[in-house]
Amino acid sequence: MPHRTILHNRVALLLAAAIAAAALTLPFLGFAPNRLLSGRPVALWAALEGAALEGAADWLVLLPGAVVLAVPFLRPGRLVSVAYVAAGVLFAVGLVWLAGEQAARLAANAAPAARTSFGAGFWVMEAAALLAAMDGVRRLGLASAWRIAVGAVAAGLIGVMLASGRLDQLSILKEYANQRDVFAAAVVRHAVLVAAALVPTLLVGVPLGVLAQRVPRVRRAVFPVLNVVQTVPSIALFGLLLAPLSVLANALPGLGIAGVGPVPAVIALTFYSLLPIVRNTVEGLDGVPSAVREAARGMGMTKRQIFLKVEVPLALPVFLSGLRITLVQAVGLAAVAALIGAGGLGAIMFQGLFANALDLVLLGAVPVIVLAVAVDAALKLAVSIIGRRAA
Amino acid sequence: MRPGSTTVRWRMAFLTDRLTLAVAVLVALVLGMPLLKPLFAAAFPALDRPLYEADSFLALTLDHLALVGLSSLMAVVAGCAAGVFVTRPSGAEFRGILEAVATMGQTFPPVAVLAVAVPVMGFGPKPALIALTLYALLPIVENTVAGLEGVPEAVLESARGLGMGPVERLFRVELPLAAPVILAGVRTAVVINVGTAAIASTVGAKTLGLPIIVGLNGSNQAYVIQGAVIVAALAVVLDFGFDRLAALSVRWRRG
Repeated sequence: MPHRTILHNRVALLLAAAIAAAALTLPFLGFAPNRLLSGRPVALWAALEGAALEGAADWLVLLPGAVVLAVPFLRPGRLVSVAYVAAGVLFAVGLVWLAGEQAARLAANAAPAARTSFGAGFWVMEAAALLAAMDGVRRLGLASAWRIAVGAVAAGLIGVMLASGRLDQLSILKEYANQRDVFAAAVVRHAVLVAAALVPTLLVGVPLGVLAQRVPRVRRAVFPVLNVVQTVPSIALFGLLLAPLSVLANALPGLGIAGVGPVPAVIALTFYSLLPIVRNTVEGLDGVPSAVREAARGMGMTKRQIFLKVEVPLALPVFLSGLRITLVQAVGLAAVAALIGAGGLGAIMFQGLFANALDLVLLGAVPVIVLAVAVDAALKLAVSIIGRRAA
Repeated sequence: MRPGSTTVRWRMAFLTDRLTLAVAVLVALVLGMPLLKPLFAAAFPALDRPLYEADSFLALTLDHLALVGLSSLMAVVAGCAAGVFVTRPSGAEFRGILEAVATMGQTFPPVAVLAVAVPVMGFGPKPALIALTLYALLPIVENTVAGLEGVPEAVLESARGLGMGPVERLFRVELPLAAPVILAGVRTAVVINVGTAAIASTVGAKTLGLPIIVGLNGSNQAYVIQGAVIVAALAVVLDFGFDRLAALSVRWRRG
């Protein structure tokens, strides 16, 4: 087949086609007179034209884009893959930068209330650029720690741009400027909710897991209950806790319990968090080979020593992946908990949804996603480090 | 054994079956909620309107099911097609990136995906449908690939030996063998979507979440409980239903 010799990477071809189509047909940005009106579209070429008129070098953004377009036709090799990864990361970062620059140019000739927000074209190109970086990293066959490092570099570059103030004219950051204190408090509250649920989860879940692993009757009793709890949608569980907790609050006013607010949120989060923790504690301990236990017993170790020095270290990676699932899930559930007045980033998100302020929605939702992905990456890194040490 | 006793036993088993019970509870709640109005009035004397009456619970339940069903159906069709494609030689190149997306995407909280869909697509049932479909795709794709990958090479070899073509092999050997794993992915997707569909009433979709949201915003606890109980019952019914389907799919697999 002749195309085999020309076309070396069909994934990159698909991504490049998506980038080209989005650049030509979809609005890169939206420009609106204020935050409640929908904007008029600004195409990618219009943004580049604006830069060229001022003699700015924004067209440089197109260079990594061109590399992604070229990769499908290059003979595969390590160098091409490295260029592919770098191009994906730089294009993703460059698009954000270009959006920030164009927003600043548009703001210079507009009323202070004017907003420049990301358009569909931006999102498609950004996603395609990040996927290109992921595809390249995969083709290089790097360990998961390196994959996380590439993600951290991209996040770091965007962080530098955020800190430098180059992006301040983008609508999401204008919204941030209005909500600076609220936002900081929301991030702290979000983290506190997740952490506060983690403490009772670990205190109950780990002993319960250890017990369930040893006593089959406990195991048979615990899992059906936890599975049904996990099935109940979060918004319903929050609602169902509302009534008994308000009754309790009226009966015992001194305890600081209430049907709404952070306390029921933490209780509900704990219910959801138990399943992954108990399940992975059991699975981790189940995974310890009985030959290893026998050997430890043969060496004269006591039951306590076997548990602490043999079983716990061997079960740790599986346990940590349960912790990862729990935390990622809790970050998302804590956002829903804003509906019952628990605060956190979800409060910003829902406030935006109820008030039809879409920048506010993004200001709440995007950090929730970033937080979940960061927690996931951090714990995957921990598992890979511990796994390597154990090996 | 007399045939009569088997029928009786079968009937008893049907009556005590947890799926039947859960369905009965759900139907009773959906249709009988208005009958509980005096109960809610007694429990919450401060409320002027102790029963959510803006929409019937039946209509909300059907809308909720339509949203979950349609998004899951689209996700099953697209997800299975994608899973089959990347496990064929012609699509093998796309497998890694597809799996990476499916894994990474599942760390995105569903509620945040739903919220982000609004600035991109506006309010209403459309962004909810798109967000739910996209989110449901991830576990379905993941499990379709895992299920098809788990078919033993020896089985495929003997199917080839029997003279089956690629298409026949896919539909008569691979998909039946992968069915339980694919079904587990669909179950994950549906259970998540039932919850996300409830939250979707904050973006303008009419679902069972509506009484909950209206109740929370207006401090009407009775509304919250009415919505929450039905959503919870619906989720449990679907979960038990998938348990049953899983058992059936294993039987189908054995042929």
